[in-house]
Amino acid sequence: MNSLWLSHFTATSSIGRGLEQTLDSLRHRRGGLAPCAFDTVDLATFVGEVAAVDALQIPAHLADHDCRNNRLALLGLTQDGFDEAVRAASAKYGAQRIGLFLGTSTSGILQTELAYRRRDPATGSLPADFDYRTTHNTFSVADFTRRYFGLSGPAVVVSSACSSSAKVFASARRMMASGLIDAALVGGVDSLCLTTLYGFNSLGLISEQACRPFDAQRNGISIGEAAAFALLERMPENLDGDAVLLLGVGESSDAYHMSSPHPEGLGARMAMQAALSMAALQPSEIDYINLHGTATQSNDAAEAKAVRHLFGPATPCSSTKGATGHTLGAAGGIEAVICALALRHGLLPAGLNSRQLDPALELDYLLENREQQVSRVLSNSFGFGGTNCSLVFGRADSLGNKP
Amino acid sequence: MTLSAYIEGVGLLGPGFPDWPDGREILGGQRAYEAHKTVLPAPALLPAAERRRCGAIVKLTLATGLEAIAAAELDAASLPSVFASSGGDGESCHLICEMLASCDRQISPTRFHNSVHNVAAGYWSIATGAMATSSVLSAFDASFGAGLLEALAQVAVDDTRCLLFACDTVYPEPLFSARPIPDAFGIALVLAPQRSARTLAQIAVSLTDADADRLDDTALEGLRTTIPAARGLPLLRAIALEQTQRVVLDYLDGTRLAVDIAPC
Repeated sequence: MNSLWLSHFTATSSIGRGLEQTLDSLRHRRGGLAPCAFDTVDLATFVGEVAAVDALQIPAHLADHDCRNNRLALLGLTQDGFDEAVRAASAKYGAQRIGLFLGTSTSGILQTELAYRRRDPATGSLPADFDYRTTHNTFSVADFTRRYFGLSGPAVVVSSACSSSAKVFASARRMMASGLIDAALVGGVDSLCLTTLYGFNSLGLISEQACRPFDAQRNGISIGEAAAFALLERMPENLDGDAVLLLGVGESSDAYHMSSPHPEGLGARMAMQAALSMAALQPSEIDYINLHGTATQSNDAAEAKAVRHLFGPATPCSSTKGATGHTLGAAGGIEAVICALALRHGLLPAGLNSRQLDPALELDYLLENREQQVSRVLSNSFGFGGTNCSLVFGRADSLGNKP
Repeated sequence: MTLSAYIEGVGLLGPGFPDWPDGREILGGQRAYEAHKTVLPAPALLPAAERRRCGAIVKLTLATGLEAIAAAELDAASLPSVFASSGGDGESCHLICEMLASCDRQISPTRFHNSVHNVAAGYWSIATGAMATSSVLSAFDASFGAGLLEALAQVAVDDTRCLLFACDTVYPEPLFSARPIPDAFGIALVLAPQRSARTLAQIAVSLTDADADRLDDTALEGLRTTIPAARGLPLLRAIALEQTQRVVLDYLDGTRLAVDIAPC
């Protein structure tokens, strides 16, 4: 593929608002998980909640879009000068020449959960102030973002569970290559809600502790929330050496089970192989893998098999979900930004919370940060329904400079 | 800037539309449209347990997809796919929200995994063994257009056939009043980069600010305006009429899709 330039990127999660705080948390191995005190949830679990999301004011002209998910989107969009960068790109390319591709799994469904507590006792109807289109509907976060920036090009939400905001890079890549757009605003936003907390609990996939990816004693996920965004542009002639590029995308489906991964990680392996092929890279040229690493027994076992099959046991890897929690539809986006930080700052982030690695998984899983030159990295995102996506990112100065 | 593809197969299921051959006659003007409630067939491809548990969106998706690939004489296992839907499985969503508002929040695990937006994509790949990529999209009322653009980009850029699904189902009350989609409606299209013996038409799509085409029949126009997937009906009508023409499909506020259709 023609490499695409992540000209701007930003992330907001329980480990920080914006890049500086996020990087600082990664450097100091500071996690964002805490015992769940969200809404009326009575589950013994940890969550990665973003502080003060509900204090945010949605601009008056978009007040009908007010819900936790869109507040979190706005919080994320206004960090690191990202807002200004999108407006500048819109002025440069034209509002119709920028595509908008956002991932979410549950959008603003919390608004509906809350509305169901206020149903009319006689008729069962929802309260008059409930607005489905602007809050609950899956597209709401892209609709909000589109109106916020006044964009008029193609706009869509990708909602394939926990691969959503990795898959947005795939859709954006294709549409840029087709010539229909010149730039793409991609990202993911997912916010805490009862559907996912009680839903994953019903499947027995929620840990009572802060999640421990790849630990022998791992026993489930911790749910988090996040907003992460990147602006993709074609590669200009001259780029700084530390500019971050999207080099390859790989996608596959397990065709196996709705809520369990293929036990041999076959779909995961196909996605990673496809991403490497598109990037024209060998597995040995990848310096770090940001694992999907949810800390369920089955995900980590299947993913480890897939990674080992392609890469062998020596490529440094970790899951940053011990820090952020599993941010579901935003996970691909925030982990893409963490990969970008790893490339830019030469930091391989350790996994948090894991104490005793599962010896059966046999990977070079990082329990301590490593500081070294990082040229090319791979990020995995897999989801319910057997949807898999792998992304390869690299520094501009790594092009034509392969080992 | 236009994106082009060849349509090799159509699947159609909705109120008064039991399949594409019937739909083709109705849209082509050979017989009148009569509204009947959509009848969703049991998905024979799924194992018995899944068949019982799956919701309307899965049944609708499987039925339209199988019709389209049979018409195109293709094996679904090798085809990438695009699933466009305004919402997911409305019934699961309603039942989960109802339980979460009650004293007993122990929702069923099956109900939960059926509530994800990509449930139909997941079941489609399980049923057909398709391990290629699937893009699962929502753009509210613009979902048909969003799916069409994504599928065309796959065809044009990755030089592959692609199976496009646009399917919507009904929310029960009280959500129905907030999102009144009147009945289940689905379109499936097999899109290909090259012409073949099965090609029905070539399409070339670009963005436009022209107004969307309306349908003369008030009942059909009612479907088009109330069901996001039915925003694609003017495209199917043009295929049925076998005429070279331009149709404008509804998409986003201020941005619509111009589709130049040439029968093959």
